Amino acid sequence: MKKFFGIFLTAVMLVAVLSACGGKNDGNSGGQASGSPAAGGDSGAKKKFAIIYKNTGNPYGEKEMEGYKNAIEELGYEAILKAPDQPTAEAQITMIDELISQKVNALAIVGNDPDALQPALEKAMNAGIKVLSLDSAVNAESRMLHINQADPERIGRTLVQGIVEMIGGSGEIAILSATSQATNQNLWIDWMKKELEDPKYADVKLVKVAYGDDLRDKSVSETEALLKSYPNLKGIISPTTVGVAAAGKVLTDKGLKGKVQLTGLGLPSEMAEYIQSGICQWMYLWNPLDVGYLSGYAADALVNGTITGAVGDKFTAGKLGEKEIIADGDGTQVMLGDPFKFDASNIAEWKDVY
Amino acid sequence: MKQAATNSAALQGAGHDKSGSLSANIAKFRELGLLLFIVILSVGVQLRNPSFLTWENISDIATNTAILSILAVGMMLVIITRGIDLSIGATLALSGMVSALTVSQYPDLHPLLAVGVGVGVGLVCGVVIGFLVSWINILPIIATLGMMNVFRGLTFETSGGKWVSAHQMPESFKAIATGSVFGINNLILIAIAIYIVAYYFVSHTRTGRRVYAIGSNPESAEISGIRTGRILWLVYSIMGGLSGLAGVLWVSKFASAQGDTASGYELSVIAACVLGGVSIAGGVGKLSGVILGAVLLGILNNALPMINVSPFWQNFIQGSIILIAVLVNALVKRGIDRNNLMRRKI
Repeated sequence: MKKFFGIFLTAVMLVAVLSACGGKNDGNSGGQASGSPAAGGDSGAKKKFAIIYKNTGNPYGEKEMEGYKNAIEELGYEAILKAPDQPTAEAQITMIDELISQKVNALAIVGNDPDALQPALEKAMNAGIKVLSLDSAVNAESRMLHINQADPERIGRTLVQGIVEMIGGSGEIAILSATSQATNQNLWIDWMKKELEDPKYADVKLVKVAYGDDLRDKSVSETEALLKSYPNLKGIISPTTVGVAAAGKVLTDKGLKGKVQLTGLGLPSEMAEYIQSGICQWMYLWNPLDVGYLSGYAADALVNGTITGAVGDKFTAGKLGEKEIIADGDGTQVMLGDPFKFDASNIAEWKDVY
Repeated sequence: MKQAATNSAALQGAGHDKSGSLSANIAKFRELGLLLFIVILSVGVQLRNPSFLTWENISDIATNTAILSILAVGMMLVIITRGIDLSIGATLALSGMVSALTVSQYPDLHPLLAVGVGVGVGLVCGVVIGFLVSWINILPIIATLGMMNVFRGLTFETSGGKWVSAHQMPESFKAIATGSVFGINNLILIAIAIYIVAYYFVSHTRTGRRVYAIGSNPESAEISGIRTGRILWLVYSIMGGLSGLAGVLWVSKFASAQGDTASGYELSVIAACVLGGVSIAGGVGKLSGVILGAVLLGILNNALPMINVSPFWQNFIQGSIILIAVLVNALVKRGIDRNNLMRRKI
């Protein structure tokens, strides 16, 4: 028994050591692979714009970096795309240090931690690099500007306009949210309610806001309860990935296609099934390409000095048009604008992306 | 004539005996309190929302409770042996993820094979835990807490952090949970089949009785020649296998596999067992009680959204109802036990 236990323990340790080595190797090769092609072309005077995403192998992040690269290349500069192997702040700090020594002009970061990156990013700003964050923000001291993918007002209003169009302008609707304490959800719901105050929605009645807690089983129970408590329900808005997919599943299983409409914010991969089957005619989410694209133009405006990151500054972001900087807590931010619409015509292209 | 009279008297006697034993049986039914409580709760909810006791809603409750009750059967065995299994939520997620990935790669795979894959993965997880608990003598709570994180990590590792979505799963796989036989959903049928097998196992097989023996007194079980280690191993393997099955059913029902599927679900399962009168101290627990416990939780999950109270009160009400149910059950049980003592012929 003892002998066997010894062998077992040795085996476990061996596996642990080997896998740790494997991880390191992967880390090096991964970092090099994404860094070297861009960093290799050192063409002297050409301005260099870097972006660091959370981690490699994330299709959503790849679209974001692609959008950034598109904007920078449109402007005729060089883009450096980087992402660490593991989504940790430590790995991002190493990359920030590398980029400081490469003397890039601007650095856009999707932070793995709001506060841990502050020393590294301050060092970069002291070295004259323009720093901005996108998607996942870093704290106000460690950035000059944040690019916010979700404009709460546009999201709330667009969702209501969408569902009202689907139900034909009148009837009962309900909202299936995540938790009752989720800040972003509640902000969106407030905007939905404001949109519904408009007299043109006099025939639309919001009967209930239900909370599925972003759990599959609870979201399903809540959807079933909505359908039974409000037999005349005509539409459900669910501004959360798990909720909208769970509602789609319930409507599919109960054969309510066409009777109860569904829209919300969801992942294209999760919703592809229900959009293709017509249960949900369309839904929304921000487009990662546009988030990256806007960041690229904002970075350029910072480098040119068109903007300084102060409230009220304006710049033109290529095809997205003019954008204005607004306050965001202690810092400043730019809103992307309307969420992107996913429907039967484009879902096939997006369902493998994220 | 006389003969006929005695015959009829005998018949009457027999009839009387029968009804006596029936009422005695009812009086002996220890989970009576829980059953009564469920009935009262249902009537109360029905008064608030008339669509509660409709055929469709009852069928929804049964379908949504099936997975919980399958897991509760396994958990009952584990708790009877004085153990606990905190890893089942993670095992469920891992086996669900593996079977979802399998069917997304091989869409033509027969759904039964997909179920087999999930049960297999769960079984392996259970065997590992059983090994840790019975051979290396790690406390069950520690062993399963550790393995819970291991399995959860493996789930993220196998999927690369991504979800498997509805469009990647073939219709045949999703039909496991949505299909029905004679109008009864497959999930309910699977759960009932498992109750029957479990009932036979715990009441009519030697191994089943040994599970109780180990729980009520491990030392004397060991001395009387029961191989405690083997039984423990078996119990955790059964739990793992059932979690694996539940994983496939979960993923098929919700048509989505995530890394954090069913996280924290083990607590609901343990709650169902405790509600059903399974003693954490080991040795005590009945299948009927556990099923009633799971049904009560299922009714709560279904009814609370329907009575239209604020989400903050929902948690409060849920907790209070569970406490009251345990209290009522304990009081009724005490009464029945006293009654039984009085009935006993000395």
